[in-house]
Amino acid sequence: MIPGPALRGWLAAWAAHLKWGDVLVLAAALAACGLSAVALWQGGRPDKAIIKAGGRVFAEVDLNATRILEVPGPLGATRIEIQPGRARVAADPGPRQYCVRQGWLSSAGAVAICAPNQVSLALSGRTADYDSINY
Amino acid sequence: MTPSTTEIILRPSAEDHRVARHAAAAIVLTVAEAAIPLPLPGVKPGLANIITLVVLARWGWREAVWVALLRVLVSSLLLGQFLAPGFFLSLVGSVTSLAVLGLAMHLPGRAFGPVSQSVLAAFAHIGGQLLVARAWLVPHDGVFYLVPVFALAATLFGLVNGLIAARLLQEKSAPPPEQAGV
Repeated sequence: MIPGPALRGWLAAWAAHLKWGDVLVLAAALAACGLSAVALWQGGRPDKAIIKAGGRVFAEVDLNATRILEVPGPLGATRIEIQPGRARVAADPGPRQYCVRQGWLSSAGAVAICAPNQVSLALSGRTADYDSINY
Repeated sequence: MTPSTTEIILRPSAEDHRVARHAAAAIVLTVAEAAIPLPLPGVKPGLANIITLVVLARWGWREAVWVALLRVLVSSLLLGQFLAPGFFLSLVGSVTSLAVLGLAMHLPGRAFGPVSQSVLAAFAHIGGQLLVARAWLVPHDGVFYLVPVFALAATLFGLVNGLIAARLLQEKSAPPPEQAGV
């Protein structure tokens, strides 16, 4: 939408009160808004997946590349799929498939547990507000 | 009748009258603003700061401090907030923003106008309030989760208030702000 001449004149009258230093301060203020949003609102982003089998850490994988892991357990192999920023249990030999049906995990603190096969997948990040078990 | 020796006579100076007039205008704006429903506690336009900015530019920092602090005190009494948490928050916000205004007023006037002062003061305001809120009211880092929202509000309302103050200051023989239809 192109503003009409009246609106443009009105805006120009207000903008006339802005000096270049004011524009600088406003730009810095907006930058502060953006930076604080990035710094404070991305704490939940995971950066690592921790996979355990039989209670011991089986692998710690960075969440930056696509990758598939086969984790052996008493019932067979649990297949874990890693993608940038998220991870899931793609297949599991367990009877109820709870961990598979949780789907993609994408926030720090999220946990999927395949109890029958003794395999768990947990995402960790710099600041996890809660883990999905306590939650 | 001979004047009593215990009688106290207050002679308000022209400055006192000016402070009272500006503080009254600021109080009216605060009370009017309190009637506006807002989505988040703490996000307010702070229209009374227009008065503070005008007084700062016309009459100096000392008078601006008087106007701002009288405004906080009296409007809290009117709104039933005196000594409630909200009162201390606005007191701290005012004190920090007045301190920053005291520094910002020395920025070169050719480049930095009331808008700069307004935005800087607004940021000082939320900064002081957040620190008090974190230390006293909400002792958890969760309060800082709202920083981006407050920062955006400070930028926006700082800009608007600064522009209005700049406009009021520009009017050569401007009437007192409370009659200028702020």
